[in-house]
Amino acid sequence: MTFIKTYLIPRLLQYFIVTFLGLTAIFLLPRLLPVDPIKQQLQRYQSFGVYIPPEQQEEIMKTLKQLYGLEGTLWEQYVNFWKRLFTGDFGPSLSRFPVSVSHVISQALPWTIGLLSTTTILSWLIAVITGAIVGYYRKRWMEALDIVIMIIRPIPYYVMALICLILFAYVFPIFPLSGGVGIGEKLSFDIKTILSILKHGALPAITLMIGGIAWQFQSMKLIVQVVRADDHVWYAKVSGVLEKMIVRNHVRRNAMLPMITQLGLQFGGIFSGALITEMVFAYPGVGWILYDAIMKADYNLIMGVMCISTIAVTTSILLLDLIYPLFDPRVRYR
Amino acid sequence: MKRIIGVFKDLFKDYRFVVAFFVLLLLLALSLLSSVSPYDPTRTYQVPRGLPPSLEHPLGTNWLGQDVFWRLAFAVRNSLIIAVVTAVFSRIIAVLVGIVSGYKGGLLDRILMTVGDTTMVLPFLIVLIIISMILKNWAKSFFNLGLLLAFFSWAWDARVIRSQVLSLRERDFTRVAILSGMSTMKIVYKQLLPHVLPIVFTTFINNMSWAVGMEITLAYLGLGIDPTVPTIGTMLQRAIYRQALFLGLWWWLAAPIVTAVLLFIALYWLSTSISEYLDPRARFQRIGAK
Repeated sequence: MTFIKTYLIPRLLQYFIVTFLGLTAIFLLPRLLPVDPIKQQLQRYQSFGVYIPPEQQEEIMKTLKQLYGLEGTLWEQYVNFWKRLFTGDFGPSLSRFPVSVSHVISQALPWTIGLLSTTTILSWLIAVITGAIVGYYRKRWMEALDIVIMIIRPIPYYVMALICLILFAYVFPIFPLSGGVGIGEKLSFDIKTILSILKHGALPAITLMIGGIAWQFQSMKLIVQVVRADDHVWYAKVSGVLEKMIVRNHVRRNAMLPMITQLGLQFGGIFSGALITEMVFAYPGVGWILYDAIMKADYNLIMGVMCISTIAVTTSILLLDLIYPLFDPRVRYR
Repeated sequence: MKRIIGVFKDLFKDYRFVVAFFVLLLLLALSLLSSVSPYDPTRTYQVPRGLPPSLEHPLGTNWLGQDVFWRLAFAVRNSLIIAVVTAVFSRIIAVLVGIVSGYKGGLLDRILMTVGDTTMVLPFLIVLIIISMILKNWAKSFFNLGLLLAFFSWAWDARVIRSQVLSLRERDFTRVAILSGMSTMKIVYKQLLPHVLPIVFTTFINNMSWAVGMEITLAYLGLGIDPTVPTIGTMLQRAIYRQALFLGLWWWLAAPIVTAVLLFIALYWLSTSISEYLDPRARFQRIGAK
């Protein structure tokens, strides 16, 4: 019972406070944008060459405000925002009007989740396995690998994506330049479409994985190097435990803990999409619609995406904290 | 003086430091060259456009009639200024917040750390995009952009400093200082700051390369700095926007990309070699960093 009182309740309280503050910031931020969605909509009507007399303009603005849920003071909007949030309703998207935000997001989410969860898991696995091996046995050829990683690691993701795009889509046209699937193809489950999806996803996935592997490989290697010098590993060696078993049971298991934290944090980040990747490769995921929404001051869509991603991040951190003792018996809840 | 030479001698044994040192020296020289540039960086059509690299134009000229080499000199200078401004200001915030919340503790600590946590939880790039759209004209000058970036990069390092201060607070020498009636300001200055400074130095360089990267990202999204002012980011963005590759002007695009890659590798190698020199255990701390 002390566990609940001293650990669980304060931790949950902290979770709610951070989530609450984050969501409030999300509510406020888009409202400070210099682009007015209602005026933009009016301009769009006028750009068709329609003349709207001033008194009608007033009427239209009022109706639009009602439709968009932008009426009332900031406080009323804020209360409404929470009411809607609990029912999972983010209202209509302002830039693609009658379509609801939930629909827009649910269309984009499979692309992002498909791309990001594969690359996250794959690069994590590769990095943890190779990092453990290179960190434990230090052979000559591994130093070369180390230097390669040292060169790749500092290059920021965007520059890396650009280099990959130029090399593999322009200089050697192996992969298509952009998009999530070939132009004019309908989404269905036949082999041709799936192949096309894979082909379009390959380059974004490769660039994401290069960055991810380099970064996590290094962390894993450094941790393994530290764990390797610990007394218990020494003892195992002296008592004649097979080297393979030492790496697997005594080193990798201990070194894995910080890596599990990183994996959990990354999973929370999946929901906001990889903004830069999706922009460079014009991939139709969440990051892409988010950028579009920001440019068009689509409050509801921005808020929808950001709410989901904030809740995902805080929740994954909470879950991590709670399940941590499963991986590490030494961790006791304070 | 002798000590400084000795430090350099030790550092030069690390090949990473040697490479990083000379690359940075080269880039610094390039940025200093910008003050004797024959061309105005913001004006267009000063030289024939689309020329390949030659003796007269070492890196060729672009489609807008600008000399790529001299533009690059300005770009490196401006990007480095942004990086230094960001790093200086975010270090100042991080040290202040870290020491205050670590040493004072209590409610103030809770509040500061919750604010820091919140900035880390928010999808940061998106918030940055929105803010730089709100402050459209303000963020156009590169000094201001540096300030803006600084406000987003202090939280993690403030946390590291706070945990350091937390342990320092319990050490004997701090206790002795308190009991002997030293004023709080003096304790902070004499007993805590010297232990915090190594963290500041090593994170300074990391923060610089982060700022250059963010500037490039923002420039690509068409936000941030006025696109006529050359920085590495805006040069890259212009070259992509004007379809440099399809025009066949590869040198226009290659110049900023190669410079950026060199700069990032140099900064990273510099920071790893220095922090390993200062503290072998620091390798372990870096794992959590961005």
